[in-house]
Amino acid sequence: MSATASGVFSGTRTLLYKEVLRFWKVSFQTVAAPVLTAVLYLLIFGHVLEDHVKVYDRIGYTSFLIPGLVMMSVLQNAFANSSSSLIQSKITGNLVFLLVTPLSHWAWFTAYVGASMVRGLVVGAGVLLVTVWFAPLHAAEPWWIVVFAVLGAGMLGSLGLIAGLWAEKFDQMAGFQNFIIMPMTFLSGVFYSVHSLPAFWQVVSHLNPFFYMIDGFRRGFFGVSDVSPWFSLGVVAVAFVLVAGTALHLLRTGYKLRH
Amino acid sequence: MPAISFQNVSKTYRGSRGEVRALSEVSFDIEPGEFFGLLGPNGAGKTTLISILAGLSRASAGRVTVMGHDVVSDYAAARRSLGIVPQELVFDPFFSVRETLRIQSGYFGVTHNDAWIDELLANLGLADKADANMRQLSGGMKRRVLVAQALVHRPPVIVLDEPTAGVDVELRQTLWQFVARLNKQGHTVLLTTHYLEEAEALAGRIAMLKQGRVVALDRTSALLAGKASTMLRFKMDQALPAALTAQSRVTGRIVQIKAHDAAEVETILATLRAAGCRPEDLEIGRADLEDVFLEIMHGEPQKVAA
Repeated sequence: MSATASGVFSGTRTLLYKEVLRFWKVSFQTVAAPVLTAVLYLLIFGHVLEDHVKVYDRIGYTSFLIPGLVMMSVLQNAFANSSSSLIQSKITGNLVFLLVTPLSHWAWFTAYVGASMVRGLVVGAGVLLVTVWFAPLHAAEPWWIVVFAVLGAGMLGSLGLIAGLWAEKFDQMAGFQNFIIMPMTFLSGVFYSVHSLPAFWQVVSHLNPFFYMIDGFRRGFFGVSDVSPWFSLGVVAVAFVLVAGTALHLLRTGYKLRH
Repeated sequence: MPAISFQNVSKTYRGSRGEVRALSEVSFDIEPGEFFGLLGPNGAGKTTLISILAGLSRASAGRVTVMGHDVVSDYAAARRSLGIVPQELVFDPFFSVRETLRIQSGYFGVTHNDAWIDELLANLGLADKADANMRQLSGGMKRRVLVAQALVHRPPVIVLDEPTAGVDVELRQTLWQFVARLNKQGHTVLLTTHYLEEAEALAGRIAMLKQGRVVALDRTSALLAGKASTMLRFKMDQALPAALTAQSRVTGRIVQIKAHDAAEVETILATLRAAGCRPEDLEIGRADLEDVFLEIMHGEPQKVAA
């Protein structure tokens, strides 16, 4: 039935639109603020470490840092969007408006993760646009930039969906953010090359999917990376499928949504 | 085909102190075009039953259909047929009234719906609030938006879960006129309410729930005729004689006593006179739904939860 099919399509599109509109209406807080934060990181770390840290030959520390900060912003904001939207709707009770609709778990997933990706990529683009003036930077292999930004945003949007479904209170959400997302971001090589770490922490870093997202993304700018971008792509793709699959399963079974 | 069908619906919650049975084998059908009242005291299971109907909750056993569509296996079709006005006063603070309604309509795949949205706004007295943010609205106005949201996809079946709790008289009148008109146009309406006079005035048929079970299910007129009898009402300052307390209901100075016939009325008055009581504003009338409700709810000793 094409009428139903178009209804399903426009239902999903409406939810995506609503989720994008939600963060866009408060874009000062959801877009401008994270761009400012990234610029502050760049100014402080870049200023302090420019002459002390050399990661790759011919690449200054500030140049090295920019792609890391861009990707970090993409990932954190993709996570923040789906997770905060869901927990707010759960706590204020307006999620009921969505629960009574015919939207399927695929529609929920597509819209929440899609809007998260939009926010992550918009913030990432904003960070890049502002920081690129501070140090020379060019895209050596641009396709990797796109592939890792999109996949990374998708994975963190899905992870935010899981956190938003699981958390019942704001402090649980803060716990998820502070004890899982933040450590994984900071131990991923945003601020350094993992080759500069002691052997043990190198091993730990290699178990962190965020490391492969950052490393693959950086490859797109410099044409060099700690590991093969194809290997990184494999790891990130598998991680995305696992996280997305879990999120879809939770939505389908109505985990903490339909009692 | 019934508009709504509950078939042996049971719901058990697993709590910290073992299992709580919220609904036990609830079965009844609501026919298309009916205005149906669902009554019961707090905790009787009304909202649980509505939640299962809306897909917010899942039955432990039994089956529920809306316009023939199973609410679990064919949920999309069931939810398209259903418009729910939730009990809680919830809203999305990010959007204006019109945005809220357009978005809700879009979820159901109904786009370019502004003509109907304008009609809803006009009928619910919201036309001048269309572009106001939800946060700026008073409680009564937010309640009207909830009603509009439930109707925005033109569902044939409308469920109102205590929609007039804490609502001023004017809105209550507006709302009932509007819902009554929708019912005349062929919409099926299921209403839960604490205001028994509302149910009596509007609902053609009524089910009463008590502790998760259906304890009465009949036409409103039949319930009034069958269960109740004549009521003697008066005001009095003195204490009621002990002989009459069992069949009476006392609210402050107002006393209501059930009487089956004229002879019984005379006996009651004689008893009062003998005890030295001086009843004022005495009147004899028919029992209303409140009397029936109380009679049914107190028909057997209330089990106190251990």
